[in-house]
Amino acid sequence: MREFEKAMETFVPPPPSRINYLNAQYGLKSWLLTKDHKRIALLYLGAISFFFFIGGLYAMFIRLELLTPQADLLQSTTYNKVFTQHGIIMVFFFLIPSIPATLGNFLIPMMIGAKDLAFPRINLLSWYIYMLGGLVTIYALLAGGIDTGWTFYTPFSTTFSNSYVIAAGLGIFINGFSSILTGLNFIVTIHTMRAPGMTWFRLPLFIWAHYATSLIMILGTPVIAITVLLLAFERLAHVGIFDPAVGGDPVLFQHLFWFYSHPAVYIMVLPGMGVISELIANFSRKNIFGYGFVAFSSLAIAVFGFLVWGHHLFVASQSVYAGMIFSFLSFAVAIPSAIKVFNWTATLYKASISYDTPMLYALGFIGLFTIGGMTGLFLAALATDVHLSDTYFVVAHFHYIMVGGTLLAYLGGLHYWWPKMSGRMYPEGWGRFSALVVFIGFNLTFLPQFILGYMGMPRRYHVYPDEFQVLHVLSSAGASILGVGLLIPLVYLIWSMRYGKVAEGNPWHLPGLEWRTQSPPITENFDFTPVVTWEAYEFAPPEETEVVGKFAEERV
Amino acid sequence: MQTSWVPFVPPSASTLSDKVDALYFYLSGVTIFFTLLISGVLIFFVIKYRRRTPYEIPRPVAGSHKLETLWSVIPFVIAMTMFAWGAQIYFQQSKAPKNAVEVYVVGKQWMWKIQHTTGQREINELHVPAGRNVKLIMTTEDVIHDFFIPAFRIKADVVPGRYTNLWFKATKPGRYHLFCAEYCGMNHSGMIGSVVVMEPTEFDDWLSGNASQQSPAAAGQQLYQTLGCVSCHGGAGEGGRGPALSGVFGRGVFLTNGQTVLADEAYIRESIVNPQAKLVAGFGPIMPTFQGQVSEEQLVHLLAFIKSLQIQTQPPVAARPAAPPATSTGSPAPAPESTRR
Amino acid sequence: MAETVEHLGVGHEASHPALQHHFENMEQQREAGNIGMWVFLVTEIMFFGGMFLAYTLYRSKFPMAFASASNHLSLPMGAVNTVVLILSSFTMALAVYSAQIGKRRNQVVCLILTIVLGLTFLGIKAVEYHEKYVDHLIPGQLIPGHPFKPDKVHLLGDAAKENVEMFYWIYFAMTGMHAVHMIIGVGLLSVILFFAARGRYDPEYHSPVEISGLYWHFVDIVWIFLFPLLYLLGRHFEH
Repeated sequence: MREFEKAMETFVPPPPSRINYLNAQYGLKSWLLTKDHKRIALLYLGAISFFFFIGGLYAMFIRLELLTPQADLLQSTTYNKVFTQHGIIMVFFFLIPSIPATLGNFLIPMMIGAKDLAFPRINLLSWYIYMLGGLVTIYALLAGGIDTGWTFYTPFSTTFSNSYVIAAGLGIFINGFSSILTGLNFIVTIHTMRAPGMTWFRLPLFIWAHYATSLIMILGTPVIAITVLLLAFERLAHVGIFDPAVGGDPVLFQHLFWFYSHPAVYIMVLPGMGVISELIANFSRKNIFGYGFVAFSSLAIAVFGFLVWGHHLFVASQSVYAGMIFSFLSFAVAIPSAIKVFNWTATLYKASISYDTPMLYALGFIGLFTIGGMTGLFLAALATDVHLSDTYFVVAHFHYIMVGGTLLAYLGGLHYWWPKMSGRMYPEGWGRFSALVVFIGFNLTFLPQFILGYMGMPRRYHVYPDEFQVLHVLSSAGASILGVGLLIPLVYLIWSMRYGKVAEGNPWHLPGLEWRTQSPPITENFDFTPVVTWEAYEFAPPEETEVVGKFAEERV
Repeated sequence: MQTSWVPFVPPSASTLSDKVDALYFYLSGVTIFFTLLISGVLIFFVIKYRRRTPYEIPRPVAGSHKLETLWSVIPFVIAMTMFAWGAQIYFQQSKAPKNAVEVYVVGKQWMWKIQHTTGQREINELHVPAGRNVKLIMTTEDVIHDFFIPAFRIKADVVPGRYTNLWFKATKPGRYHLFCAEYCGMNHSGMIGSVVVMEPTEFDDWLSGNASQQSPAAAGQQLYQTLGCVSCHGGAGEGGRGPALSGVFGRGVFLTNGQTVLADEAYIRESIVNPQAKLVAGFGPIMPTFQGQVSEEQLVHLLAFIKSLQIQTQPPVAARPAAPPATSTGSPAPAPESTRR
Repeated sequence: MAETVEHLGVGHEASHPALQHHFENMEQQREAGNIGMWVFLVTEIMFFGGMFLAYTLYRSKFPMAFASASNHLSLPMGAVNTVVLILSSFTMALAVYSAQIGKRRNQVVCLILTIVLGLTFLGIKAVEYHEKYVDHLIPGQLIPGHPFKPDKVHLLGDAAKENVEMFYWIYFAMTGMHAVHMIIGVGLLSVILFFAARGRYDPEYHSPVEISGLYWHFVDIVWIFLFPLLYLLGRHFEH
């Protein structure tokens, strides 16, 4: 183990100036008309936090109602609206944009040594589109809500539901363009604006993950756009697109819907995996083991993710043979994710691991994502999926990935880059404490749901047989703990913006390009053009690389 | 394999439910194993390799193609065992045995209407005999629902405009949950009931005890008269201006466009609501559509009646084209793509 | 080993007035714009793709109903529109070429021609849509009080009257979406025309003209697919 005081000297960024992107210009106009990717990231951060809060409120009502087997808190239609809206807000307005629009927007130019994204005005436009879509959706919620489930299956959504389907659909349609423009921006930026010397294989894995995510965004999102349009068209005009009475096919809707919505779950999780790669590497002070494999696995997930949508239709009257093909492919798509988990774990071998809050979130992610991913295999296997489809097992599975995975990665990344974004450190003790509370609360909420699912508890029920109550009470208790655990960072992160310890340019002492700027950065990120001559996560010279399996020297 | 002693698993009451449970335990075992393995290694490394001095940098460790291959291939092989096992049980679940007793199920917001071929109707309850194959032929009157019997580990969506199937052979008498498992609106949580498995003799008693109810086939025969089907298809289905219906179910039908299709439930239903979709060779497009004039239940009754029509001793009146067709009505039907699970 | 970051000069030398501050040079800016437009066109392919899927599905289910309905469309108008669009792509390509060689007057003329041809296409489309309205062929209850009636459509083979509506909603959805994209294209070209007339584009900087050209060609290609799939079905049958 070598000492790196000498090395650390070269990590020190140029002397900071008092001007940074936050105070370069004041006034509402300078924020609402900004072209600075970092300010746009903060605009997204505020909006996304707001929607997460609303989605969380809906979750609270769900878990409160499910404490008892009867419908005693909410009426049936109200409950149906609550779970529908929980799904729509969380999926479209939180999970899909969260990491790309906040952390991605903020960091991608900095990590590749650029001054901004390729299309700054389109970046701002995508935020406005997001806000417009959000406003239209909120209108739908306030005007009376929507009760079709976030999956909008026909013919219920086209012919039988009396709720604000078209308004909600319009909100989602508009929001889709925000996603498409973000993905477009990222792809062009990563291709054309890398600093000299920043070759593809020197890129941080965060960039690879966002590149793969952007591919899915641009290829998949237009399909949900046309699907929602057809749904609205059908609801307005009753032409018979999905109506069997005139030869239409209600299951066609499911194919079109899931053709996007399955790749969408990879939009939700891939950026999280990119964050985890950053956290594991940087808090172990080592390159990610099998960097190339992790990079390509992101691309593999993006490609394979488009080939598996039929696993949502195993019991929906899809043919047996199509079922076999989709089942096989669904197992195949799990393999790249497994490769990542093994490589992250292997990175910790002979590392130098610190227990900072971001690392705790990253470790939590690996464990919870393993459970979430492996429970997905139960659903990829045809016979078990027949039993488990539309039960609480599915709910538990996707919450393990979305909350145990994406949300934990988002929180970890937020803490990790907080000093860079705000110029302040968060309070480490509170950070570790809330990470622990979140971890415990989360598992208590969702682990019982696997059992509920196998026992037969269907999804979207608020009245249920008495024998399921114990598990539901456990789950709701966990949810209250989880809720508390999520509120604490909200408080201390805001507190830290004013009272937190002032952070230096490179508070964690890391070699990444984003750490070679001041904290917070100046508007142009760099006032020179960086020339990159080092590999990703290069803490020590390549000559010192140890080959696994050979005898190592004693640790110093 | 008995699973009744395992907590947190529903009662296992059909021939295939134990098999599904076995696969489930295998999947659970592998999941628990890898979760413990990864978390264990993680915790071990995180403790053993914790940072000891603030400025230390570990030596970089080279990747290993051998390891990457190892932990790609082994998970892939395990995944393939899971796939194969799941597919094998699924295949058994999809092929209903030929001798199965048929029961018709029509879902609607928010109840299940069940009809046995002997006439018994039930609402939200399904009585079945243990030890006999039962096949459910199902559809819906409005939105998509899903017929879910946890104790048998099976479910299938009911989709408007088509028939879907489920089959099972119950093993243990008892009363088991029946749930709707596809969100269908306001009272989705209330669209529940029971599957009652009885000893075969008890079931036969129960069945005959309610014999006063009209069987679906008898109801279908009445409709056949009142809707005027006799005028073209003949009182006993012998045919006339329209093709013969006696004995048509389950056989190949030769169409004007040269194709041959299997006359299964979907074909019969379609021919009533959209007669020109598959026009029988030698007949003109003169049959009116009954779309909107018959409910799903009535369609099920007509279907039951047509299925009950026996082959006449006289050859049925059916114009056949001069060109020798590759198949005749007596030969095995081609594989239909319209048959659902 | 991590080196100090090198300084490659502060600020740009005298640069083109159209160079955005975050790009290093015009070359990078042009490349970014190009890749950006290609990526956007890929999203458009996926967008139309959903409708092509629905078309494929329902045409294979009701081939004769589709052929009957397709025969009822006006082949002359469709064919003229096809020629109009192909011509407009030609004038667009000429506009791009003129920008590349720095001929301002030619740019303006070619752009005007392209816009006029685009508007011609839309005009003919409007006439077609009006005919459909008169014939009661607007699907469902899109026009309240004027429901769909397939009586005017002559049925071929074993086509069922009930299935004719399926063709028409696909027809309106696809050509309607296409027309929306045409309108956006005409708007886009008008903006480009405005700047071209002011001499904004020269051989050094004309990428807005190029990428607008890409968009226009894409909209043209979508029509090249739509025309045979919608207008030319079953034309070989005798009426």
